[in-house]
Amino acid sequence: MTVATPNQTSAATPQVIRRRRKPLPTRLYKVFRVVALIVVVLFLIAPLFWMLLASFKTNVDIYDTGKALFFSPTGENYANVLQRNNYFVFIFNSFWVAFVSTALSIVLGVPAAYAMSRFTMHRSALVVLMARVIPGVSLLVPWYYVFSNLRMVGKFEVLILSHMFVALPLIVYIMMSYFDSLPLELEESAQVDGLTPIGAFRLITLPLAVSGIATAGILSFIFSWNNFMFALVLSGSNTKTLPVAIFDFVSYASIDWGGLMAAATVVTIPIMIIALFTQKYIVSGLTAGATKG
Amino acid sequence: MSVTNAPGSAPARSAGRPPSMGGNFSAWSNRHRKWLFAAPAMIFVGVLIVFPLAWTLYLSLTDSQGSVRAATEFIGLENYLTVLTDTERFWPAVGRTLSFTGVALVCEVVLGMCVALLLWRPFRGEKWVRVAILLPLVATPVAVGMMWRLIFDPNIGFANQLLGMVGIPAQPWLSGQDTALGTTIFMDVWQWTPMVVLILLAGLTSLSDEPDEAARVDGANSFQRFFYITLPLMMPTVIVAILLRGIDALKTFDILYATKGKGGGSFHEVETLNVYAYGLSFDYNQYGLSSAVLILFFMIIIGSMWLLTMRKKAVSK
Repeated sequence: MTVATPNQTSAATPQVIRRRRKPLPTRLYKVFRVVALIVVVLFLIAPLFWMLLASFKTNVDIYDTGKALFFSPTGENYANVLQRNNYFVFIFNSFWVAFVSTALSIVLGVPAAYAMSRFTMHRSALVVLMARVIPGVSLLVPWYYVFSNLRMVGKFEVLILSHMFVALPLIVYIMMSYFDSLPLELEESAQVDGLTPIGAFRLITLPLAVSGIATAGILSFIFSWNNFMFALVLSGSNTKTLPVAIFDFVSYASIDWGGLMAAATVVTIPIMIIALFTQKYIVSGLTAGATKG
Repeated sequence: MSVTNAPGSAPARSAGRPPSMGGNFSAWSNRHRKWLFAAPAMIFVGVLIVFPLAWTLYLSLTDSQGSVRAATEFIGLENYLTVLTDTERFWPAVGRTLSFTGVALVCEVVLGMCVALLLWRPFRGEKWVRVAILLPLVATPVAVGMMWRLIFDPNIGFANQLLGMVGIPAQPWLSGQDTALGTTIFMDVWQWTPMVVLILLAGLTSLSDEPDEAARVDGANSFQRFFYITLPLMMPTVIVAILLRGIDALKTFDILYATKGKGGGSFHEVETLNVYAYGLSFDYNQYGLSSAVLILFFMIIIGSMWLLTMRKKAVSK
């Protein structure tokens, strides 16, 4: 167009061109997209925001629909939950179980994923991945049988073992697709240079896989932190994790909504902060292997 | 073994053979590294899966109940007969499990695809939208259940306040016999659509631009381009998303138990197979019966996975 009308004033031309390039539907779509995205974000955030607001309200204010958004905030719910109900203990329990089960699963799972990826052990991989499919209850019954006969129900060891059962398949699954994406040539040239295969794994592949391990570790920590069913059956009063503690909050007659929301906030906030800082890892872990067919 | 090395052979040592004792072990472990690496994890999972599954199968053939230490008697297929003829709890639970999963999956995949398409091309503020998408995903399901309990409370909940603003009468939500299951599906959609979005978005970004571009040059409009180009190319990813989400949806437990408690509410409104089996095992200690339910439940899961995998193979061709 500029070629066709070389004599036009340079000030007017670019604007005309830009107008022509973006037809009405495109501009409408842009507006629609912004509106739609705002709706999506509101839909996802508003409930969490509501929970946060309620956790700072007195129960009287929660029952007063006129004070939905404007009220005088109080920290009493948090003080109650953390001090009187001993939530620091539950926070520690949740953290300890998630941390140890994740660490042990990494130690067991990363070499296994490596072997399964490099030797294409599809059938073995299937066995480990079966763990993702089996309903937790069908494992809980026999575990409960065995561990209660050993009088071990309520101990950290049992709880950690059960959480590893969630963590290990997850780590193997993520690390397998990660090792699949690492080039073989690096290891081969390291072996040509005199390293043993295990040496090449330890000194070359493992350092390259650190971000994959971080991904798997973060996700496994989150899954363990959020796990409810195993702890519901296998934890004792000393080893209770946060989700079970929250559940126990409502098993009494009337619900202390403010306290309940404070407790719910206490369990979700740490995990959300972790998620904010490790966003990329979480996304790559959750979508691992999904696009390869 | 450096002892046997002549003094002064330090350079040779650093480049040369490993010690012979360790050398044997090292050679052995290198030769068998495949199983050396894989075995610990496999044994762990094997012991914790194979043994419990076999035990569940065995229990399903016994009259085990009450205490885990009580004596049990072998009763053959009686539990299965009891369960399969139980139209009061079992079959409704099957129905609820399938409709919960089916409706939630359809909503999540359709909404997930819409949101993924909205996010596909870069825009300003993308970072914040991505954060918003991640938050429901990582939130603890029990806490999420409690959060929705307050929001859907018929008297003080925000949901009914919102409906009141647009003039719709208040709904019973979770406490209604007919509305409870739908409300829990809504919660599932809220929490897990982001997961589908992330998977589909990963699929979309890995697509090559060329087919879309070619269709654009040929004059196809955006709807045609989506339905005839993008969607067929995305089908394998869509099925992976359905597979991953479907397995978890079938097994949904946390939000159901957190919002409605034992037995899926007083009328068993949200009692899916998982909730039913859990209740039989740990609220009523009917281990034999619950094992039979679990074996049947497991078969349903494997069956639907198998169907989807077949479908995926057909689509990928």
